[in-house]
Amino acid sequence: MSETVERPVVTVATADVEMAGVHPDVDVVAMRRKPRAWRGALLFVLGLVVAGVAVAAIRDNGWVQLVVILVGLGIWYAGAAELGRVRFGPGFDLLSWLCATWLVVLVLAAIFAPLLPFGESEDLTKSILAPANATPDLLSDYPLGTNNFGLDLLARVVYGARASLVVSIGAVVLGMVVGGAIGVVAGYYRRAVDAVIGIGTNSLLAVPPLILLIALATVLDPTLYNIAFALSLLALPSMIRMARANTMAFSQREFVLASKSMGASSARVMLREIVPNVVLPLASYAMVMVSVLIVAEASLSFLGLGVQAPSPSWGNMIAEGEGDAFKEHPHIVLVPGTVLFLTVFSFNLLGEKARKRFDSRAAKL
Amino acid sequence: MALRTVLKRLGELVLVLLIVSFGTFMLISLMPGDPAVSILGEGHSPAEYAAVRADLGLNDPLFERYLHWLGEALSGNLGTSIVPPYVDVADRIMGALPVSVELAVLGMGMALLFSLPLAMISAHRAGGRLDRLISAGTFGVLSVPSFLAGLLIIMVFANQLGWFPRAEWSRLSEGLGQNLYHAFLPALTIALAETAMFTRVLRNDLIGTLNEDFILAAKAKGMGTMHILFSDALRPSSFSLVTLMGISLGRLIGSTIIVEYLFALPGMGSLIIGAADNGDFVMVQGAVLVIAVIYVVVNALIDISYGYLDPRIRRAHV
Amino acid sequence: MTNAPALLEEQAAASPSGPLLVVDELRTTIHTPRGDLRAVDGVSLTLDRGEMLGIVGESGSGKSVLGRTIMGLHTTGPTTTIQGRVAFDGLDIQQLEPARLRELWGDRIGMVFQDPMTALNPVKKIGVHLTETLRKHRGLSRAEARDRALELLAQVGIPDPRRRIGQFPHEMSGGMRQRVVIAMALANEPDLLIADEPTTALDVTVQRQILDLLDRLQDELGMAVILISHNLGVVAGRADRVAVMYAGRVVETAEAASLFRAPHHPYAEALLDAIPRLELPPHLRLDAIDGAPPNMLRPPPGCRFAPRCRYAQDDCVATMPTLAATPGVPDHRFACFHPVHLDAPEPAAPTADTAGGR
Repeated sequence: MSETVERPVVTVATADVEMAGVHPDVDVVAMRRKPRAWRGALLFVLGLVVAGVAVAAIRDNGWVQLVVILVGLGIWYAGAAELGRVRFGPGFDLLSWLCATWLVVLVLAAIFAPLLPFGESEDLTKSILAPANATPDLLSDYPLGTNNFGLDLLARVVYGARASLVVSIGAVVLGMVVGGAIGVVAGYYRRAVDAVIGIGTNSLLAVPPLILLIALATVLDPTLYNIAFALSLLALPSMIRMARANTMAFSQREFVLASKSMGASSARVMLREIVPNVVLPLASYAMVMVSVLIVAEASLSFLGLGVQAPSPSWGNMIAEGEGDAFKEHPHIVLVPGTVLFLTVFSFNLLGEKARKRFDSRAAKL
Repeated sequence: MALRTVLKRLGELVLVLLIVSFGTFMLISLMPGDPAVSILGEGHSPAEYAAVRADLGLNDPLFERYLHWLGEALSGNLGTSIVPPYVDVADRIMGALPVSVELAVLGMGMALLFSLPLAMISAHRAGGRLDRLISAGTFGVLSVPSFLAGLLIIMVFANQLGWFPRAEWSRLSEGLGQNLYHAFLPALTIALAETAMFTRVLRNDLIGTLNEDFILAAKAKGMGTMHILFSDALRPSSFSLVTLMGISLGRLIGSTIIVEYLFALPGMGSLIIGAADNGDFVMVQGAVLVIAVIYVVVNALIDISYGYLDPRIRRAHV
Repeated sequence: MTNAPALLEEQAAASPSGPLLVVDELRTTIHTPRGDLRAVDGVSLTLDRGEMLGIVGESGSGKSVLGRTIMGLHTTGPTTTIQGRVAFDGLDIQQLEPARLRELWGDRIGMVFQDPMTALNPVKKIGVHLTETLRKHRGLSRAEARDRALELLAQVGIPDPRRRIGQFPHEMSGGMRQRVVIAMALANEPDLLIADEPTTALDVTVQRQILDLLDRLQDELGMAVILISHNLGVVAGRADRVAVMYAGRVVETAEAASLFRAPHHPYAEALLDAIPRLELPPHLRLDAIDGAPPNMLRPPPGCRFAPRCRYAQDDCVATMPTLAATPGVPDHRFACFHPVHLDAPEPAAPTADTAGGR
């Protein structure tokens, strides 16, 4: 008898201008020249030639050599990026690939360090005959130079990477596992459990990170385990918060409800339904966290509270350059400093990309 | 803000402070070995060690010790340093604190000063050349650890060019000009990382604000670009800046510590790092307690003031 | 009103007797990563001083973009390309420098936006919204501006202006906020007011009040108004002329009475049929128009309404009809090969103009 009353008229267009989200004053479509293979190849080769010439020919003046190498690398980069756009399309991001390559090379070098033909990295007795404070010379026995005690900087950088990476990654994994577990529990049970965990987390956060590290370094022996433990405390609160927030978001969803209604125990629900969903955002955050911890460890070592000399760590290597050493031999600071910067930069860049893709709730920083 | 909320936050605050103080207190227990040995060194008689332990109150039950320690701390006594020259911890901290606070405040101020125009330039022509340059620059700066940046700055500006001093300090009481001259370079170093972070956040927030309808409405009224940027876009965006200041406080403290140490200034940085190097845990305990309390209280204040600054939140409680 | 280009020559010097606004073959193309969006695709119209023109169309018809292009808020730039001309009182809007445009905006042209909550800056007081435009364009002092702001608030029907002037937007109701937005647009007594869906975000009861207000103000200030809406009912009884837009083009334009009595374009007819009327029996199925507007990234070559039109034939899909009038009724124009409700017995012949197929 009664017929349904439908809503009249207005339908939504498929390409609705109003909803296209285009704000012509703010969104500028980047217009670049169309990439061409010949131009890319030319720049690629030119850059390599310039850098190669600098390495081989300009061996006396370190600064000039460095500048020319950088110029050559810049030209090479432009060429490689263009070639990449030609081959893979306009979305090709050379910088990300380079960062990923850097990290892979670093990790591999760190893993296989004992097998690689370096100079001496730690034992002062073995390096007595080596030249002290040699400037970096890529074609010599000591490609990145040596420090005050004749220890090979390339070797030290690689072994330093070992220490830094082991400690930082270990700390992040620890923080992720423990913090993730705590966060999931807090987000799942809420109320009293959440409140207690919240207070605990806030208390940990109440001490500024570096202060916490210094306090722990005062009373603990600076072994790698202890350093990793202290660093994991830095990662813990954010991991807890992130896991908790994601858990709360996911707990509302139907698949959790479904699991519960089928009689699954809390532990099973948490483990089988929630954890797999929380892992991804947590992992992408972990990548950014690694760079934070690398910096933290470097800072600690720099202050003399972390990895102890003569065991190399990027931080304590940089500390060797304090005082007048930098004036005379800047490479002592610049070599580990550059490696540190490149590594942190790479982790940051890749971590940001991972976050944008996997954690839609990440703040854009 | 409603009284209930304020009381609740206050309660949380006190609880957190208690936990932190307890944790700080427990620091000694983390130490491997006998604290008495660390203080006296090896080779003393058991009686002497026992005496030191009694002195430290290590024989009393844990909770009693804690309460005793807390009571002393609240009345201003943070103990005596266990290494020569055995200074009074509270005195030393009181002397060093003003230096650090001044540097932190200056650093934060400089960061705000630099980040505002950078963010506005970026947001105004978002996606343009200048914006991408600034974005790349801030990202690069954020990837340089503060101790490295500080070292480089010292090498260039203090040692090489000699424009600014290092390892000298002039107190405020001795004259503002001299004080600022000594504080400039360290404050600048501290400001670097903060500027980069503020610029990035403020830029994104501004872009979001600039996309709002009221900006278009203001434009349609014929208001000029400068006016829109300052009067319309900045105020709603600046609230995220205030929140960010609260968040960056922790990193700020860390930066200040390191920078002070690098520049060899008589602040909390040198105090706490020197103490840590010497294993002077009493000094470290006192310093950590003071810093943590300041940190927690300032954070709480920022939280409360945020409620007052944003009229939407303020009036919503009416 | 038949041949726009010739008209432009006549209006080269602004004359008080000519139309206030002449739009000639306006095209606004927005460049998106997915292709070029032809938001406005060949619109021509004129507006006299003191006249109210209603532009009606569904979401995506391009009516809002049209309004903003007319005003000059969209100009040719990295993401947008504008073709055609907009002449406001003899001035070519698209050729003006930004500084000159800013002089016009808020002073001679005003715009009322759809959502009053977002059109007002939430951290600025109501009074400031008004005084800042008064001081910019009229150079009033603080006190003078404040007095005038109070006047304006009263004029738009806000009770207790002295209290309201110091309030923030979120302290007012939706209808009251929209009155403020209107006051903001009218503050300097513009010659032209563009109202883009001014009542869409409001309750039905408030809608009528706002529309009555606009009516009254138009009479009081003698300004020309472009009233943009997706709802024919909004412009009924208020607009002098109506232009119906579909997929970026004007498909019918006529005096309001003419259009409502006898729409000639099937889309306009469908719109009219879809309005619920009190005199119809209850529980009647409302006539919704099936289908969806075309993809504006790649519009079809023929009439864009053809896929949804119940009268469509082969020639409709092949060629694009252009606006033309039946002989004898020059004011009422429509773009259709097979128009409806013509009093003439046989269907109207297709227009002789070459259709620009796309």
